[in-house]
Amino acid sequence: MPDLGSYAVEVMSAYAVSITLLVAVVALSFVQSRRARRALDEAEGRARDA
Amino acid sequence: MSFWEFANPRRFMGIADRIVPWAFALAALCLVTGLTWGFFFTPDDFRQGSTVKIIYLHVPSAMMAINAWAMMLITSLVWLVRRHHVSALAAKAAAPVGMTFTVIALATGAIWGQPMWGTWWAWDPRLTSFLILFLFYLGYIALWSAIEDPDTAADLTAVLCLVGSVFAVLSRYALLFWNQGLHQGATLSLDKEENISDVFYFPLLVCIAGFVLLFIALVFYRTATEIRLRRLHAISLRERMA
Repeated sequence: MPDLGSYAVEVMSAYAVSITLLVAVVALSFVQSRRARRALDEAEGRARDA
Repeated sequence: MSFWEFANPRRFMGIADRIVPWAFALAALCLVTGLTWGFFFTPDDFRQGSTVKIIYLHVPSAMMAINAWAMMLITSLVWLVRRHHVSALAAKAAAPVGMTFTVIALATGAIWGQPMWGTWWAWDPRLTSFLILFLFYLGYIALWSAIEDPDTAADLTAVLCLVGSVFAVLSRYALLFWNQGLHQGATLSLDKEENISDVFYFPLLVCIAGFVLLFIALVFYRTATEIRLRRLHAISLRERMA
């Protein structure tokens, strides 16, 4: 761990906020994609059966 | 391969399936390398101390927040002129990613500004235009969700995107228009005298590459999701009419 001196809180919080937001947007995109795939598969299945 | 092949949803999905895994992998590699390099292996700045390490997040996110809006502007114009659905959906897919980059730039800027400027926020031309850009992102996303008909939503959001472009341009060039405010000039410059020292420059370039690749991966991935949702919407309409 590098010595961040008196600005340790600022530097660490900037990294924590940014990495959390980046992970959140990626995770949200994955969740939305999985939901859309599942819903479309079901709808296409219903359309085929009809 | 012609650019217009992207306009065919099926062709776009095929291209996205091939590009997305590589773009995500390369983005992760660049971000981990760049941030580790910047955080652990670069010295403190003689004036800013260790807060200089915030540059590896602030500069790439601010750059991509503006570039994401520029990409949305181009795809919105393609929608307005050529009526290609994929281009409208690509703009819709890019908005939450661009907004995330904007929030990161605003948050890291405030965190850096507190110890360096003595304030979290100042109504400086660049900061203010960046905050307005964030509000445009919010409005753009809200407008897409508020209108049920996808073509009407695409038309109205495309117009909003054209208007918001003024603030995307202002947030980049505000310093040139108004020679006042706290925000310093460009971090990166082609002039070697003005550019930052190489010891900070190279890890910053790797981080910028990481942010660009992450944006590309997310936009392709999210556009494919939007194409699926649009198809789902069409099937639901057909079911309702049957």
